Amino acid sequence: MENFSYTLVIPLILFFTFVFTGLFGGKFKPVISGIICTVSVFISAALSYFAAYQYFFIYGKADGAYRLINVFSFHWLRFNDNLSIDLGILLDPISVMMLIVITTVSLMVHIYSLGYMKGDIGFSRYYAFLSLFTFSMLGLVLSVNIFMTYMFWELVGLSSYLLIGHYYEKPAAVSASKKAFIVTRFADLGFLIGILLLSAFAGTFDFNKLTDPNGGAILQSASATFLGLSAITWALILIFMGCAGKSAMFPLHIWLPDAMEGPTPVSALIHAATMVVAGVYLVARLFPLYVFTSPQALEVVAYVGAFTSLFAAIIACTQTDIKRVLAFSTISQIGYMMVALGVSGYGAEEGLGFMASMFHLFTHAMFKALLFLCAGSIIHAIHTNEISEMGNLRKYMPVTHITFLIACLAIAGVPPLSGFFSKDEILVAAVEKNFVIFLVQYIVAGITAFYMFRLYFMVFWSRDTKYEHDPHESPKVMLFSLVFLAVAAALAGFIPFSEFVTSNGVPFASHIHLSVALPTVALALAGILTAYFLYKKESGSPDKITNSLGIIYRSAYRKFYIDEVYLFVTKKIIFNLISIPVAWFDRNVVDNAMNGIAFTTNYISEKIKVMQSGQLQQYAFVMIAGMILIFLLTLYLIIV
Amino acid sequence: MPEGIGIQHFLILSTLMFFIGVYGFLTRKNLITILLSVELILNSVNINFVAINKYLYPENLGGHFFAMFVIAIAATEVAVAIAIIISLYRKLKMIDVENVNEMKY
Repeated sequence: MENFSYTLVIPLILFFTFVFTGLFGGKFKPVISGIICTVSVFISAALSYFAAYQYFFIYGKADGAYRLINVFSFHWLRFNDNLSIDLGILLDPISVMMLIVITTVSLMVHIYSLGYMKGDIGFSRYYAFLSLFTFSMLGLVLSVNIFMTYMFWELVGLSSYLLIGHYYEKPAAVSASKKAFIVTRFADLGFLIGILLLSAFAGTFDFNKLTDPNGGAILQSASATFLGLSAITWALILIFMGCAGKSAMFPLHIWLPDAMEGPTPVSALIHAATMVVAGVYLVARLFPLYVFTSPQALEVVAYVGAFTSLFAAIIACTQTDIKRVLAFSTISQIGYMMVALGVSGYGAEEGLGFMASMFHLFTHAMFKALLFLCAGSIIHAIHTNEISEMGNLRKYMPVTHITFLIACLAIAGVPPLSGFFSKDEILVAAVEKNFVIFLVQYIVAGITAFYMFRLYFMVFWSRDTKYEHDPHESPKVMLFSLVFLAVAAALAGFIPFSEFVTSNGVPFASHIHLSVALPTVALALAGILTAYFLYKKESGSPDKITNSLGIIYRSAYRKFYIDEVYLFVTKKIIFNLISIPVAWFDRNVVDNAMNGIAFTTNYISEKIKVMQSGQLQQYAFVMIAGMILIFLLTLYLIIV
Repeated sequence: MPEGIGIQHFLILSTLMFFIGVYGFLTRKNLITILLSVELILNSVNINFVAINKYLYPENLGGHFFAMFVIAIAATEVAVAIAIIISLYRKLKMIDVENVNEMKY
């Protein structure tokens, strides 16, 4: 019979690598810790592929549907007979799919970083944290209950914080890492409350029980209501708040663009392919709950996703930092995945949106990681992030050029590259359910094509920039990762995803819907052509357009002032109205009370210390006098 | 027990001895005299033990034993005290208690 216990090694090996390189990384040459980490990620990737093969092709199916396999779990904390926090490993289609995504991208990033981070002072620290991140991310997707997810959720947040702040001498990196941490922590507050609410009503943390459509958790989902919504809806919305924080959904997206201060491979791994889709993953994990108990919460998911994807796509058109364009593109694409989940139903064909979301997650991980690694390759060559200082790079960096082009075509949804297939499924799912959302997503597809090719033309074509010294193509280790991911990004679309990953585990056959696909492709091509005419050659027309757009352009360029709104709320309102009075109270009332006690004690002891004269007979006199006094007192009390 | 001498005589004697001892302990400056005062206090206690034992439980010897104990303890205490006094004398060339005030604040 099947035995999946080796899957335990997949995360744990990385944990041990983290501890080892973290403690002893300084003892030997940096490149050795890099190689150790890369090898252990390779082992874990190989095991993941093996597990995926065994799960999808040999043991995973029962009665024609993929089932949940609890590889093992043990009680870690027990509250009562039903409620306990377990640690363990859960395999089901989405967790196995995530294993593949995480280990593949992580392996590529590890290999790539051998070249990219070469000579960096914090080389082995960087690799130790990469291992920590990969470990926690794997733990997150493999967790058996929502509380274990929460623990690893925090761990990925921590490793993201550590890696964004890798260049900790740079003030921008430090504040970006703090921002990322604080914003996601704030969102996780909602997540925690959601977990507690959910478990209070469902009586369990366990995913098996929570997501069983015929199970108690869904059937008895409580009748208590609050502000017109049922308690379970509130719980799910709060959990989605955590997801929105991690996945950078509006209005909690502000940390992701700043997180680009970290090293570029980190952006590729954490802020494009894996950690930021943890929110999507969690909604997918709890999907039966969303569908059966709370359609309102699912609507929230859909609308937030749709709005975010449009919002971020518009901003992406105006940014001039290559990594920030990609960051906003990531936000926009994650919005797509959320929309797909939000419009999905439960079942085989009805669950098309669920499948499409996971499919898009998969393809997006490949092409977005590739885009970031290409950007890293460019930054490595010319040491700037500003696309206005780039141009004509196709002559110097042919491999980067081709792979970047593949990724751009993939994200723009040009057939037969991967993005086309997944985006098509999402749009099909949306058009069946909600036409407004479909329209938004359709427009976003066009904008996506435009801003990606704006980036592409400005970086690789455009004008003949004079460089201080000729940019050189990146070293072979970096190119290897680029080429590997380019192949994956090109071909991932041909995987018959609906055969493997569906909402209820039952495979179905999906088709290309020409009525949706053709207009989408046409719009994408229109976007590409617009970018071609505007940016292929350097010309004044983009400036003219931006000038004519005036305030709209400026506000999009400033990211619609969301950061300023946050600053206003925190600095002007929270600091002035809450923090300053609280600080005043602390400094004046609390501190003075403590100081007063200390001062009084000191004063009294100064006064009475002369009693300690050192004269033996004085002491004896006081003692005897006291004894006589007590004696007389006792006598008096007895007599009276 | 001689005729005409009751327990109150013993008690008066021991009380007088005790307070003479206390007075000496508090007022004398010479450490040796202080030591003598302490002996007076101890012996007043001894008299009490023996007398009360005799009057309350003539068939038992508990009071006597305690008196014995106190005598033994007093002897050892004197040995220690004399040793301290001698070493103080070596250090200060005098044995006035007022000068022994090293342990003040």
